[in-house]
Amino acid sequence: MEAMLHISTLHYLVLGAALFLLGVIGVLTRRNVVIVLMSIELILNAVNLNLVAFSRLWGGVHGQIFAIFVITDAAAEAAVGLGILIAFFRNKETVNIDEVHLLKW
Amino acid sequence: MAVDTAFNMAPVATPFFFYMLSGIMLIGGILVITRKNPVHSALALITVLLAQAAIYLMLYAPFVAGVQIILYAGGIMVLFLFVIMLVNIDRAAKERTFNSQWLVGSVAAIALGGLFVAVYVKGGNIFPEHALSVIENDNTQKVATMLYGQYMFAFEIASLLLLVAIIGAVVMAKKRI
Repeated sequence: MEAMLHISTLHYLVLGAALFLLGVIGVLTRRNVVIVLMSIELILNAVNLNLVAFSRLWGGVHGQIFAIFVITDAAAEAAVGLGILIAFFRNKETVNIDEVHLLKW
Repeated sequence: MAVDTAFNMAPVATPFFFYMLSGIMLIGGILVITRKNPVHSALALITVLLAQAAIYLMLYAPFVAGVQIILYAGGIMVLFLFVIMLVNIDRAAKERTFNSQWLVGSVAAIALGGLFVAVYVKGGNIFPEHALSVIENDNTQKVATMLYGQYMFAFEIASLLLLVAIIGAVVMAKKRI
């Protein structure tokens, strides 16, 4: 019980792993493309949490700078992904990800 | 200076705040992946991002917390909400929630979860207990020194990436190129 009371780095890593798992489940099982993109943002946030936790553990701000770059990259990817979503919706009139099946055998 | 010493208090009630914030984040994450209405999922994701900014504050990273609130919760999620409003969600509310491969996806995710549990149970004691380091109040200065000094090249590449993303998003969403 007292191992759970002292918050160490492992607590933050387990929280990051749990968020990563939720994001992976969202990407793999949801039908709506917008929810899939939001689950990708959950995954990126889990990675950011790991980075900042390690930056706190080892001192220095390298992990935080990496996290800032990950946030920048997530913004760029969300913008392009949502642009693709708009083009996809204009083409097929639906946001169902099962409609993207042209490469299926 | 009185202002400097006023902020250098020892942290208080850390386990309570950690468990409360992690509970908010996990419940919000579950709401993101299970709600039928995408607006509800977006609001749950905003909650997760704000709780994560609070966890960054617990990890003594105030600059990343500020960037998270301003950029992520205030920029990216607003963009998501705009696109959700643009896309017709009345038909999406009538369709089924989970796609045709939900079983395989869940099994794969559970396998990944088992892998995480194995890694953290076996190797969990490899991380040293960091001593309570000196509470610093120049985090932004340090981030700025590193960002414009050692990581200057990555900073310029990130600006180029944002330019390419802007052009890509405009071209993708245009009606005719």
